Amino acid sequence: MALLEVSNLDVRFALRQGEVKALRDVSFTLDRGERLGIVGESGAGKSVAAFTILNLIARPGYIAGGSIRFDDRELTTMKPRQLQQIRGNKISMIFQDPMMTLNPVLTIGEQMVECLKAHRRIRTRAAREIALNKLRQVHIPSPEKRLDQYPHELSGGMRQRIIIAIALLLDPDIIVADEPTTALDVTIQAEIMSLLLELCEKHNVALVLITHDLGVVSQVTQRTLVMYAGRVIEQGPTREIINDAQHPYTQGLINALPQMATPGSRLNQIPGAMPTLAKIPPGCAFHPRCSFAFNDDGSPRRDCREVIPGFVRSGNCDVACHMVRDLVENDSDARDPVEIQEAP
Amino acid sequence: MIAFLIKRLFHALLVMFVISVVSFAIQDNLGDPIQQMVGQSVPESERAELREELGLNDPFLVQYLRFAENALHFDFGYSYFYNEPTTDVIMRHLPATLELVFATTLLIILLSVPIGVYSAIRPRAWLSRLFMGVSIVGISIPVFLTAIVLIQIFAIGIHVSLFPADTAWGAWLNDLLSTSGGMPAYGRGDVTHVFGTWDTNFASLSRLTYLVLPAISLASIMLPLFIRLIRAEMMEVLQSEYIKFAKAKGISMRRIYFLHALKNTMLPVITVGGVQIGTLVAYTILTETVFQWPGVGLMFLDAIQRSDIPLIVTYLMVVGLIFVITNTLVDLIYGLVNPTVKLTGKPA
Amino acid sequence: MTTTTQASPVPSRWARFRDSYLVYSFKRDLVAQVCLATFVAMVLAAVLAPWLAPMNPYDLAQIDIMASELPPFWIDGSDPTYVLGTDAQGRDLLSTILYGARVSLIIGFGAVILQAMLGVTFGLLAGYLGGRVDAFLMRLADIQLSFSTLMVAIIVGAVIKASFGGAIYSEYAVIILVLIIGLAEWPQYARTVRASVLAERSKEYVDAARVMGFRAKRIMFRHILPNTLSPIFVISTVQIANAIISEAALSFLGLGMPETQPSLGSLIKSGFDYLQSGSWWITLIPGAVLVVLVLVINLLGDWLRDVMNPRLYKG
Repeated sequence: MALLEVSNLDVRFALRQGEVKALRDVSFTLDRGERLGIVGESGAGKSVAAFTILNLIARPGYIAGGSIRFDDRELTTMKPRQLQQIRGNKISMIFQDPMMTLNPVLTIGEQMVECLKAHRRIRTRAAREIALNKLRQVHIPSPEKRLDQYPHELSGGMRQRIIIAIALLLDPDIIVADEPTTALDVTIQAEIMSLLLELCEKHNVALVLITHDLGVVSQVTQRTLVMYAGRVIEQGPTREIINDAQHPYTQGLINALPQMATPGSRLNQIPGAMPTLAKIPPGCAFHPRCSFAFNDDGSPRRDCREVIPGFVRSGNCDVACHMVRDLVENDSDARDPVEIQEAP
Repeated sequence: MIAFLIKRLFHALLVMFVISVVSFAIQDNLGDPIQQMVGQSVPESERAELREELGLNDPFLVQYLRFAENALHFDFGYSYFYNEPTTDVIMRHLPATLELVFATTLLIILLSVPIGVYSAIRPRAWLSRLFMGVSIVGISIPVFLTAIVLIQIFAIGIHVSLFPADTAWGAWLNDLLSTSGGMPAYGRGDVTHVFGTWDTNFASLSRLTYLVLPAISLASIMLPLFIRLIRAEMMEVLQSEYIKFAKAKGISMRRIYFLHALKNTMLPVITVGGVQIGTLVAYTILTETVFQWPGVGLMFLDAIQRSDIPLIVTYLMVVGLIFVITNTLVDLIYGLVNPTVKLTGKPA
Repeated sequence: MTTTTQASPVPSRWARFRDSYLVYSFKRDLVAQVCLATFVAMVLAAVLAPWLAPMNPYDLAQIDIMASELPPFWIDGSDPTYVLGTDAQGRDLLSTILYGARVSLIIGFGAVILQAMLGVTFGLLAGYLGGRVDAFLMRLADIQLSFSTLMVAIIVGAVIKASFGGAIYSEYAVIILVLIIGLAEWPQYARTVRASVLAERSKEYVDAARVMGFRAKRIMFRHILPNTLSPIFVISTVQIANAIISEAALSFLGLGMPETQPSLGSLIKSGFDYLQSGSWWITLIPGAVLVVLVLVINLLGDWLRDVMNPRLYKG
């Protein structure tokens, strides 16, 4: 049985102008020690998915349906007290911007020790020892000094390491990392990512990595979920998704990578933009932008326009696309071979 | 740290200097010590002589320096009315005002923090909305009017007869809403002597009752401001990433509200609070007038009516000094409490 | 060959205002409507006081000392000619309140106009010219603000009264009060305008104007000022309320309007002496009128501030 099982998750936001569906029918699983990536553009719902796992969605958002089972316990209906015991303890989170994530008026030590004390009966001295230990694991020099320093006295890279250390304090089963390197300098990004990878491998911690960066996903994760307008449209082994994406959107994403463009010509773009959650097109949300969703005379294919595509197994991936379904049903091997060059 | 203190000291001296110049200018142009000293019957020639002797014909700068020198020795001359050194008069009246301000500050802190925090955590609760509604009414009522209303309700008593008195429920409601007054509303009553010129109201519960209505009146203006401020700041703080992160770590909501959020909230509140000291002094004058509270505010007002120039001037200097000291203290406290500020005055 | 397209006619200022977000919000907010209606009603009543008031409280011939301290109509012992009762001299309270409100409003508006003119000018200068001018003006403003504007008003009033004496003070009270409150409160406007100017100064249209050779004064008043109007409007409402309260406070302290030409504040003051003897209406009814006036202005100010701020999701 999987460590984390998300089934048919439905998250909505009750806004003044009406209700908006941020997540629609999202399902995925996570095994112990497995590393899963969730990719998509901004607004696709990746962060919402991450926050919902720990039920951190604040009003006006709410879970409208579905289930999240962690270790065979249902998280969506759990009382706040019990949820508190899981947060930071069994499932930890890492946020995007390390400067905003740490409380500016409390020392690092206070922010680490309180985490330990919230979940265990432990004295401050012992807690500090554990904290120091974790700081060493994330390769922070002179950890004793850091405990008494304030966040603003440290660099961005160091802060993110400390946040990773905090995430590891109670030896969690899962770390959910929401764009952990986006706010960092490019040079630091690689360091932090490899640190995260190293620690997850070493301690057999499962990782849910949310990012828009396909490069990172390809290096770190074993499986990947692609999201679009609040739905999962493709999921499978990362290697297969990167090398042989089947959903037109995923193909578009990969083609849009600068490495994919021929030098001297324009970058490949997916025409149009992802719709705002308030104005999702009927049927397949991607169809207005999809070259496969139109007949030769320019009219949209009926099922693309009217029917939300369900998942279809193709290779080791699950793809939500009518065209792919047709191809699979016709047992055709004539998938558009997408020439993907290995990134240098 | 030292650099910060020196900078503040310099600023303080600058302000005191400006105040002293203004005070002296007032004294120079308005006061006529000769008139006060010798009365009407003395002939003009003798007055002129006296003027010369006292150095009243010296140029402005010389007179100012004399004034300043005396000021540094806390010698501001004699009050026309009381015929004693003005500093003595002020010291006699100061404890009353200080106790009033102390009681008011206590009230403000004890009430505004819980109410502000509650309104921030549960903004939609009916209690919160009630507080906000009352706040805006509170800001619209000038302090002296609040005082008068309080006197009417709690000192004189009101007899409500809105409801039909011949029915049981009517009579009960009338009774409930009526008051019989009885709270003292004039002066300080019996005070206990502590030392020097300090007589206190804090010695016994019954003596404390004299402080109640004045303190509530004075607090009624500042409370709405602080409640709204704390609420607004706290609501903003609660949207921060670090609060979300603290939740994600599994920290209890109580600790999040009262440590993570509150500490960040109080920083701007300290700054704004410090600035309000000035307004508090002005409102003290008004409150003391209504309750005939024998503090420096009432003394100042009487001095104005009597054109007691030396006393007026001394009061201005003393008030200026109080402003400067409290503002410096507030800055200092802020610098100590906020870790992102190094006390050279520049943020890290 | 080019075809010209007919541009749609530019809507008039009035049409733009009518269709603006401000009017739209106003139409949907009952509180704002009630407040504006009340405020307009009170202003009208005050302006039309000489025609609305049952009697002229300044006319000694009309005062009947025998009718003193009569209670308002809902209490026993009242006289129907004096709807709200009478004060200790026998003046009709309704009339004195109408005239008093008039004085309070005149001083309130006058003071705000003065402080706006001063404050906006200083704010423009400080923000645009920067350097020493800025430092000096802001230092001055800071000192004045740290004393609190009420304190400054009291001090200035005290000094004027002590120099010119009570009689002259009473005679020119209205002008003096407008001056006092205007001088005491200019820092609020100056600070606000300065902040706006600093924000606008770095924008390109200012550079463009400078390149075209416009003089500083013209740039400040005709180019930058219109873009800083929004915050000015917002604080003006609060400042009017504050001015009315300040005037009331000064009158209550004896530094304001004299008894012969009372404002709401001095009415409250003279009525206070009779509180203990049971004639509470002399002080509390003018007090209630003052509170309602200030309250509606404050509520309008709050509403205006909310409307003019960028919309946030209020969940």
